[in-house]
Amino acid sequence: MTIADSKLKSATVTPSRPSRSSVFIALTALLFFVALLSLAIGPTGISLHALPRALAAYLGYASDSAAERDRLVLIDLRLPRTLLAAFVGAALATSGAMMQGLFRNPLADPGLIGVSSGAALAAIATIVLGHGIAASLIWPLGIYALPLAAFVGGLITTLILVAIAGRHGQLAVGTLLLAGIAVGALAGSISGFIAYASDDRELRDLTLWSMGSLSGASWQKVFAVTPFALAIGLIIPRLTRGLNGFLLGEAEALHLGIDTEQIKRLTIATTAAAVGAAVAVAGVIGFVGLVVPHVMRLISGPDNRIVLPGSALLGAILVMVADMIARMAVRPAELPIGIVLALIGAPVFLHLVLRRGMGGWE
Amino acid sequence: MLEAQHVTVRRGTKVLLADASLAIVPGKLTAIIGPNGAGKSTLLRVMAGELRPSEGAVSLDGRDIRDIPVARLATRRSVVAQSTNLSFPFTVLEVVMLGAIVPGFGVKDPEAAAAARDALAAVGLRTLENRMLHELSGGERQRVHIARALCQLHTAPRRPGETAALLLDEPTASLDLKHQDGVLTVVKEQSQSGRAVMLVIHDLNLAAAFADEVVLMADGRIVGRGTPDEVLNDDLLSHTFGCRLRIVASGDGRRLVLPAAIARRARTGAAAG
Repeated sequence: MTIADSKLKSATVTPSRPSRSSVFIALTALLFFVALLSLAIGPTGISLHALPRALAAYLGYASDSAAERDRLVLIDLRLPRTLLAAFVGAALATSGAMMQGLFRNPLADPGLIGVSSGAALAAIATIVLGHGIAASLIWPLGIYALPLAAFVGGLITTLILVAIAGRHGQLAVGTLLLAGIAVGALAGSISGFIAYASDDRELRDLTLWSMGSLSGASWQKVFAVTPFALAIGLIIPRLTRGLNGFLLGEAEALHLGIDTEQIKRLTIATTAAAVGAAVAVAGVIGFVGLVVPHVMRLISGPDNRIVLPGSALLGAILVMVADMIARMAVRPAELPIGIVLALIGAPVFLHLVLRRGMGGWE
Repeated sequence: MLEAQHVTVRRGTKVLLADASLAIVPGKLTAIIGPNGAGKSTLLRVMAGELRPSEGAVSLDGRDIRDIPVARLATRRSVVAQSTNLSFPFTVLEVVMLGAIVPGFGVKDPEAAAAARDALAAVGLRTLENRMLHELSGGERQRVHIARALCQLHTAPRRPGETAALLLDEPTASLDLKHQDGVLTVVKEQSQSGRAVMLVIHDLNLAAAFADEVVLMADGRIVGRGTPDEVLNDDLLSHTFGCRLRIVASGDGRRLVLPAAIARRARTGAAAG
């Protein structure tokens, strides 16, 4: 065999691209830095200096009112909020990267297959009907009603899509995409109708929900999404190589020895769970799933072994930063995080697109 | 040996492939020729394990390929599709490396990069490894995908005696004359080194020049097979392609297939000159 015996001087893949480990180290360091910043910043002006006192109060070693206040702000408010921001960012960004890999389309987004819309419709219906006819049904669920509804809505949407696109035992990606757009539009239309029929106060709730917010962060929500975070973290390494094969095309992936049906099902299920859980705790946050994987590809190339975990880290960083801005910009009030993300993200994205051209994504 | 036994493929009421039996043998280059819509690509996709036959079966070394897990199958056959479009900005080397980074191959990146560079050298593209794929010409891109298929077969862990098959669907369609020759020389080397090669090709003269065996298809059926000399005869080809064809001898005694009208014009032109 002629190919067999060549010696190789260097193992580097591409000189112009940073190595995988340097990307991960840099992003992880940035993640911790931003997380500390997120803990230190807030409208009450309590900084990280108060952390030892807050911890003491948490562990029961201090009980004066200042320590109690620090504990409340740092450990009961900012810490769960920071963790949730990280989860939501990671979940949405990896969902976007997975969808883009599966559909071989850099413009694909979790919103595209209608999962976000389905989750949002269920949430909006819960907000409006919660005051009316369905109140007795929803009341026992208490504060869990909204997150549960969003998650179930996302899941039902996904199951409908799989039923439509998987009629012949195989999932047709094209059909799934088109059906996703249709189902998403339908859910959006029903949501619009419900909003049209709602009163002023409900409308304000809906607006906040549809633009996303982490102001309701709590430890309960953190615990609620922890299983999702663990599951996504376990599944992603199993998907990266398969999704790399998909970048060449579905038939080519099969030729490369990839179980394409399994990859499709795993990717769709993971996306539904991630997006459902993210919408459930933070409302509809757009933009992250679209832009973060793009930025990762500009940094490191399209290899999903970097893009997927890298998107998780970068998505977490981005949403934490956006949330800090959301709670500080108009304090003591708060901005919906979706507004902040679009405001900082869109110009950055445009800049990257203009600077790098389409980078071969035509 | 990669073998199709009485394979029929239907889509709806349409029969794409009817009772086709074919063996791709290690050490031989088998060319599949025939007019458009004859079922050549369908046959290739069935043999690649991509399409399930409605009837009949495809076997690799005697085992039905439906019973071989896709990851195992990938160690023993690679495929160059008619056209492959990438929607993300890969470099040439990265695309070829995808051939080695198959789940289950257990190939580490440096090893994959080495194999990828060798495969690129084999198709004459070693110097372009850091270019973006989308910047290359159509012919260069096609050669990159051939390199990927070579890289896959090369790095795949195989047991001794297992067939390694290379399946190519019109690899020369978008290439100029020089690169047609270059690519088919590489393909021919693969068969000479013991691989079973299946080549779907439109150009009858290239098929005649490179193939050990030629299989002629029409309307989803295999209508002729044998050595190039046996299959490339006036009557059979004219009947199959639905136009008058003439076999003329080239200077070195090779057979050339020409549409009759062109052969006549060439002759009268030469006489006039």
